[in-house]
Amino acid sequence: MHTGAEILVKALERENVEMVFSYPGGANLEILDYLKKSSIKTVLVRHEQGAAHEASGYARITGKPGVCLVTSGPGATNLVTGIAAASMDSIPLIAITGQVATSMVGTDAFQEVDVTGITDPITKHNYLIKDVNAVAQTVKEAFYVASAGRPGPVVLDFPRDVAKASSKIKEVASIDLRGYKPNLKGHTGQIKQVIRLLAEAKRPLILAGGGILGSESWDELRQLAESQQTPVANTLMGLSSISLDHPLALGLAGVHGLPAANLAIQRADLLVGLGTRFSDRLSCDVEGFAPNAKIIHIDVDPAEIGKNLRVDIPLVGDLKIVLNQILEKLEPVQHQEWLAEIAQLKAVKAPACRAEGLSPITVMESLAKVLPAQAIVTTDVGQHQLWAAQRLSHRRPRGFISSGGLGAMGYGIPAAIGAQMACPKDLVVAVTGDGSFQMGLPELGTAKEQKLPIKILLLNNSYLGMVKQLQDFYCGQRYAAVQFTDNPDFGCLMKAYGGSHYLVTREEDLSQALADFLADPGMAVLEARVAYEENVLPMVLGGNCLSQMEGIEENL
Amino acid sequence: MKHTFAVLVENSPGVLSKVAGLFSRRGFNIESLVVSETEDSSTSRMTIVVEGDNRVLEQVGKQLNKQVDVIKVNDITNEETVERQLCLIRVSADQSTRQEVLQITEVFRCRVVDIGRKSLIVEATGDEAKMQAIIRSLWPFGIMELVRTGKVAMVRGERNKGK
Ligand SMILES: Cc1ncc(C[n+]2csc(CCOP(=O)(O)OP(=O)(O)O)c2C)c(N)n1
Ligand SMILES: [Mg+2]
Repeated sequence: MHTGAEILVKALERENVEMVFSYPGGANLEILDYLKKSSIKTVLVRHEQGAAHEASGYARITGKPGVCLVTSGPGATNLVTGIAAASMDSIPLIAITGQVATSMVGTDAFQEVDVTGITDPITKHNYLIKDVNAVAQTVKEAFYVASAGRPGPVVLDFPRDVAKASSKIKEVASIDLRGYKPNLKGHTGQIKQVIRLLAEAKRPLILAGGGILGSESWDELRQLAESQQTPVANTLMGLSSISLDHPLALGLAGVHGLPAANLAIQRADLLVGLGTRFSDRLSCDVEGFAPNAKIIHIDVDPAEIGKNLRVDIPLVGDLKIVLNQILEKLEPVQHQEWLAEIAQLKAVKAPACRAEGLSPITVMESLAKVLPAQAIVTTDVGQHQLWAAQRLSHRRPRGFISSGGLGAMGYGIPAAIGAQMACPKDLVVAVTGDGSFQMGLPELGTAKEQKLPIKILLLNNSYLGMVKQLQDFYCGQRYAAVQFTDNPDFGCLMKAYGGSHYLVTREEDLSQALADFLADPGMAVLEARVAYEENVLPMVLGGNCLSQMEGIEENL
Repeated sequence: MKHTFAVLVENSPGVLSKVAGLFSRRGFNIESLVVSETEDSSTSRMTIVVEGDNRVLEQVGKQLNKQVDVIKVNDITNEETVERQLCLIRVSADQSTRQEVLQITEVFRCRVVDIGRKSLIVEATGDEAKMQAIIRSLWPFGIMELVRTGKVAMVRGERNKGK
C-alpha cells in the first residue's frame, strides 16, 4: 500500500517532471516529504506567485508543463496571478495546492479557500481530488489536459487526508476523455481553400502568434513564408517564432507595433493568422483592422475562431500538422511588387524622442547588438517590455518570454529563474523596469540559493513609465501615482543577494558596461538610469486603427 | 434570439458551477437552466435556454464544448422537440371565484394539488406558450405565488446514436 502523497509523487515522476517550484505549509507536508525522497528536484521559492511564474518560465523554454506546489489557503491565493498569466498565454502549467482534509472542506477551516472555485475562470481545468484511488489517473489526465490541443494551466487541489490515505498503486489507463478531444488534423476542404487564397493573393501577410511556439512549428512557418514570399508579422506572444534577422520578418504588430508590421496588415489583401487570438492589443479598432484583407484563421482552439474577428476561412487544427498539410500542396510563388513595398515600409523606423540623458531605447538597441543568438530573454511589463519586444532580434525560438495577455508585473525575474533552471548553461537576461523589479524581488532569494547566473537589465526611469505614458496621452500629462521619488539603492540590494551591480548613466559607458555585465559569471544587474521622458512609439490610441500611429506620418 | 442547448456533461460535483461561471463571466444571458442525471448515472443533461445574437450563440456553443467536463453540445432550437416545463401556481380562489378557477384549470388540463380556504395550488405542465396562457388566465384572480422549473426538451423520433 502507498499513501496518496507517494502516489502523487510517483505519478509526477512518470510524467518526467524534473523539478517542482514549491513553497511549504501545513497542507502539503506529506507531498513535500515524498518529493524529497524522489528523483524530482524541489526548488524552494520565496513567494508562491514566483513559483507559478517560475514554472511558467520553465514551461515556455522547454515546451513541457511546469509544475508548482503550494499549501492551502494563502499559498493557493498567492498563486492566482501566476495561474491567470499562464491561462491568458496558453502555457502548460500544473499547480498542485494542498487543501484541508475533505471532512473539513466547506467549514471555513483554518487556511481553507475554495481553490477550484477561485481558479475555475483562470484554468483550462481543475480537480479536487477526493479519492486516493483516483490520484494516479487524475495526475495523468491533468498533464494530458495541460498540454493537449491549446495548452493551459491545470490545478490539482489535494486534501491532506487524501495525501495520508493509502491505496494500491494501479496501472493507469491511457487517457480517453469523452469531453476533451481536440481536433488536430486540418479539414482537407478548408486546406484547399487556404491554398487557393494563397495562390490568388497579391499582397499576402502572415500573422504568427504564440500558437507557433506552442506547437513547435517555427520551421514550418519559415518554409511557408519563404515558399510564398510572404512577410510575417508577430503578435507579442509570437515573437521568436521567426528571427527578426530574416528578410521576411516584420516584427511586432499591434498597439506598439512596428510601422512596417502595422501598415502591412492594413495594406494586405490576405491575412493568414496562425495561432493567434486576434486580441484587442493586436487588432486595435476591430472594424478598421486589415480592411482590405480576406482572413484565414488557423488555430487549435475552435472557440478563438470568430470570437474577436470576422473570418473568411476558419481552419481548426494543430499548427504543426496543418502547416505540413498545407506545405505538401503548395506551389512556390513570387511577390516582387509587394515585397518592394514592404521594403519601403521597413525603412520607416519606430520613432524615439531621444530626450536628454541616457535613452532607454539606446540601451535596448545596444543590447540587441551584443546579445548572443542563443540567449533567452524574459521581460517584465511596461515600456521596457515593449522596447525589448520591438528592438531585440528574437533569434532563438521560444527565447522571448513575456507576460502578454495578463501583463503581470513581477513576471520577468521568476520567469528568468524558471528558464535558467531549465537551461543552466544558457545566457538568460531579464529585462525589467524599476517598478516591475520591485514586484519580483523576493525571488532573488531563490536565484541566490540556486546559484543562478541570471542577468537583469534594469531600465530605471524612476517611473511607472508605461502608466506615465498613458497619462501623457490620456490625462493631459497630469502624472498621478507614477513617480518613485525615492527608489531603493539597487546596488546595496544586489549586494544583499550576492550579485553584481553595474551602473550606467551615460551613453559613452554603455558598451563597456554591457560587456562586463554579460560576462559576469554570477547573478548581475545592469542598472541603466534612463530618461523618463521617453515614450514607446508608435502608439495606436484607443479607438484608432492600426494605420493611425502616434509618431508616424499617416499617409506614408 | 432565444436558443435551446442540450448539453451532456460529466456528472461531477464542479460541473454546474463551471458552466454557470462560464455564462456569467462571458456575459451570456441564461434564460433558464435545468440539470439532472440521465439514464447513465455518470452523465447529466443540462437544458439551457440562452438569449443572444448569432455571434454570441456560436460562442456559447464553442465555449461549452471547450470545457473538459462537457461531453456534447447540441443546439436543438431548430429541431423537432418535445419540451416541457412544470409550474406550481397558488391562486386566490374563495367561494365566489373557485368554480371559475377550476374551470380554467380543466381547460388547460392542469391539476389542483392543494386546496385552502382562500386559495388553490394548481400544477401545470406544458411548453412555454401553454405556461404563458395559463398564467395569463389565472392572473385576474390573483396569483399569490408562482414557481416554475426551466424547460426540459427531447428531440422527437428515433434516437440518433451519434447524438
Ligand atoms: C501587477 C500589475 N499592476 C499594475 C500594472 C499596470 N502597469 C502596467 S505597466 C506599469 C508600469 C511598469 O513600470 P516599470 O516596471 O518601472 O516599467 P517602465 O514602464 O517604467 O519601463 C504598470 C503599473 C500591471 N501591468 N501589473
Ligand atoms: Mg520604470
